[in-house]
Amino acid sequence: MDLWFSEFHTPSVKLAIKVDKQLYSGKSEFQRIDVFESQEFGRFLTLDGYMMLTQKDEFIYHEMMVHVPMCVHPDTRKVLVIGAGDGGVVRELVRYDSIEHIDVVEIDEEVVKVAKKYLPFTACGFDDPRVQCHFEDGLKYVRHHEDEYDLILVDSTDPFGPGEGLFTKEFYGNCYTALKEDGIMVNQNESPFYANDARAMQRAHKRIHANFPICRVFQAHIPTYPSGHWLFGFASKKYHPVRDMHAADWKSLGIETKYYNTNLHRGAFALPNYVQKLLEAMEELPGNDTTTTLNGGTIRSSESNAKKGGKS
Amino acid sequence: MDKDFRKNQDRAPIAEALEAYSSERVVPFDVPGHKHGRGNPELTEFLGERTMTLDVNSMKPLDNLCHPVSVIKDAEELAAEAFGAKAAFFMVGGTTSAVQAMVFTVAARGDKIIVPRNVHRSVINAMVLCGAIPVYVDPGAHEELGIALGMQLVDIEAAIRDNPDAKAVFVNNPTYYGICSDLRGIVKLAHTHGMLVVVDEAHGTHLSFSDRLPVSAMEAGADMASVSMHKSGGSLTQSAFLLVGSAHPLCEAESDSDAKSTGNDPEENREPSIDPAYVRQIINLTQTTSGSYLFLSSLDLSRKRLALHGKELFDKVIDMAEYAREEINSIGGYYAIGSELVNGNEIFDFDKTKLVIHTLPVGLAGIEVYDLLRDEYDIQMEFGDFGNCLAYLSVGDRVREVERLVGALSEIRRHFGKDPIVSLPNSYIAPVVVLSPQEAFYADAEHIPFEKAIGRIAAESIMCYPPGIPALAPGEKITEEVLEYLRYAQEKGCQITGAEDASLKTLKVVKERTGY
Repeated sequence: MDLWFSEFHTPSVKLAIKVDKQLYSGKSEFQRIDVFESQEFGRFLTLDGYMMLTQKDEFIYHEMMVHVPMCVHPDTRKVLVIGAGDGGVVRELVRYDSIEHIDVVEIDEEVVKVAKKYLPFTACGFDDPRVQCHFEDGLKYVRHHEDEYDLILVDSTDPFGPGEGLFTKEFYGNCYTALKEDGIMVNQNESPFYANDARAMQRAHKRIHANFPICRVFQAHIPTYPSGHWLFGFASKKYHPVRDMHAADWKSLGIETKYYNTNLHRGAFALPNYVQKLLEAMEELPGNDTTTTLNGGTIRSSESNAKKGGKS
Repeated sequence: MDKDFRKNQDRAPIAEALEAYSSERVVPFDVPGHKHGRGNPELTEFLGERTMTLDVNSMKPLDNLCHPVSVIKDAEELAAEAFGAKAAFFMVGGTTSAVQAMVFTVAARGDKIIVPRNVHRSVINAMVLCGAIPVYVDPGAHEELGIALGMQLVDIEAAIRDNPDAKAVFVNNPTYYGICSDLRGIVKLAHTHGMLVVVDEAHGTHLSFSDRLPVSAMEAGADMASVSMHKSGGSLTQSAFLLVGSAHPLCEAESDSDAKSTGNDPEENREPSIDPAYVRQIINLTQTTSGSYLFLSSLDLSRKRLALHGKELFDKVIDMAEYAREEINSIGGYYAIGSELVNGNEIFDFDKTKLVIHTLPVGLAGIEVYDLLRDEYDIQMEFGDFGNCLAYLSVGDRVREVERLVGALSEIRRHFGKDPIVSLPNSYIAPVVVLSPQEAFYADAEHIPFEKAIGRIAAESIMCYPPGIPALAPGEKITEEVLEYLRYAQEKGCQITGAEDASLKTLKVVKERTGY
């Protein structure tokens, strides 16, 4: 049988994966949800036809989203995860005994149900007693919390569709408020390669930069995402992602990882020149001068990709 | 819902005829000259081929807007049924053209119409065209919010008493801010005195489709209403309905003569009513003879959707607005106004789909919040004034966008919030109308020093925000009281609009001639 899943990465580029069989197809209030089985990538989940994760490469995304901030802020006790209905981020988080509570806010309960049934390799994290799921709009949830979290992980889908609100300035501002004074936010920051993704990446960076004193970007290689070159945002009120990392402490935890290590952590913040340029263009916008005054004068200096270049 | 009603309303005669026409592949040797888009590839690429194919002219299978006999006539009858009207007219010149047609129908040169002082400019413009004379009623203003409210029955009663020869009462249902007057009471009062009631329902399309909202013009027994289908109803911008009400009870009971009165019928003791054929004539005075079929079909399909699903659709809008109010009010500072303001008088009822946010308590003017939402958060509001900004919720909105608005408002308060701003004063001065808007419009004018203007006749319209009620309009006598109010409002920082000399050092007045 010649059955293929394909996704347009641009109007003239597409990725295709040969499908062995379709395991699930359904439509929730918010989106269409599909799970396929393939020979090369194992099981994979798509939302509205867009690739979310595959069994073969999901570890890269989930490890990078969780271990980078955990190595910078090992004293993290309370975590808020937004999106992440597949459970992959939570699976990595529950490996830290020091974490006391994890709130997961997913707008679409169906995604969690489907993940629990068909994607046990990521959904296993949901079974941990420290995890509490809230099925509501992330933007709404975060608005009602103040000075509460050590870490916020924004595992959003795309800047269109139900995840749209998670790419807005108001959302990042609300996250800033929900974090404690030394809190960190890590977000899925799209890709720099194809023009449309790059614009989304720039917009997200601009909005985060307008809200946080420290705002850096790091990268990973994720084969099934458009271009394979993917970015994450590291936004923080106090800690620098590289200078303040606790490499030895993290190693002593003995957490086994397939992608992440502390050397890679440092290297991930060193970005290609063209990516740096795209980010700097956003930081130098005149509107961003307001950042310092906006946050009530609490910020003395702004740490950014523009000011530090890639020399961390 | 009645079975026959549902069966009727499931049709869209104009849209169906267009569909049939485009499948026939007729060779077009008629206008428009782009010939289904072939003659203008760039525009066709821009708007889409389908749109261009549907942009056609009147022809036998598609009827004629000026004298409908087939599909447009059927579509207008369906629209009338959907809105509970005696007749409905498809309008392609915006709601403004519908408002003009209402004014022209009820009043000829020299006839009086009772209107709220804050009446939309389109009404006064219509009076400039036809020579009607406005009789103003104080709409009242909310001290704290700084917005104009609704007309009170006692004030209308007084206006009727002072102007027994007035032809009609003009009502906004609701205002931009969602405020409703006692429409049923006004209809009863006006009809008792032989006057017609015409209603600007530009912001009230949805009222006809929900029992959780204020009464609609047709339900209240009004004689005519202008309905902006394109605002809350979902049709294309510039399309609207003009409705003619069913003969009201008084009329049915007492009038046995043929109802072809036009509202300026000299015959005594006759209940006024409106003849749709006359309205058609009036509309044809100014309406284009090549009405756009894009507009017409959009009206047709939107009517179908509202008639069949309006209740559920507007239930959702109301719930969303109520949710937004709750969330916005819990941010602190902001006040999203709601039904609690209803007092059975100048706020007789409130349209719960309107999301009006009072911003002064967070130390920001409504217009500042409006700007911040657009510039900083990519959220476009309907408008902002001194004390408020308004989000227009309609059939196209979703809760996720409401979440963005609420999130952004809380951020704006955190970043930009200041000490509360004190509301500005407002007071109502009853205008003295000397010349009709038409006479004032065409009169020669001159600028003279502010202080010397007492006793002269204004040649410009001057409005103070808040509360957005004109202090002067062309043709009105400039009194000492008006000048005092203007000076005071200017001192207090009200925004003064309309005056050619914004500093108010001079005023534009009608040149004095013998005869006035």
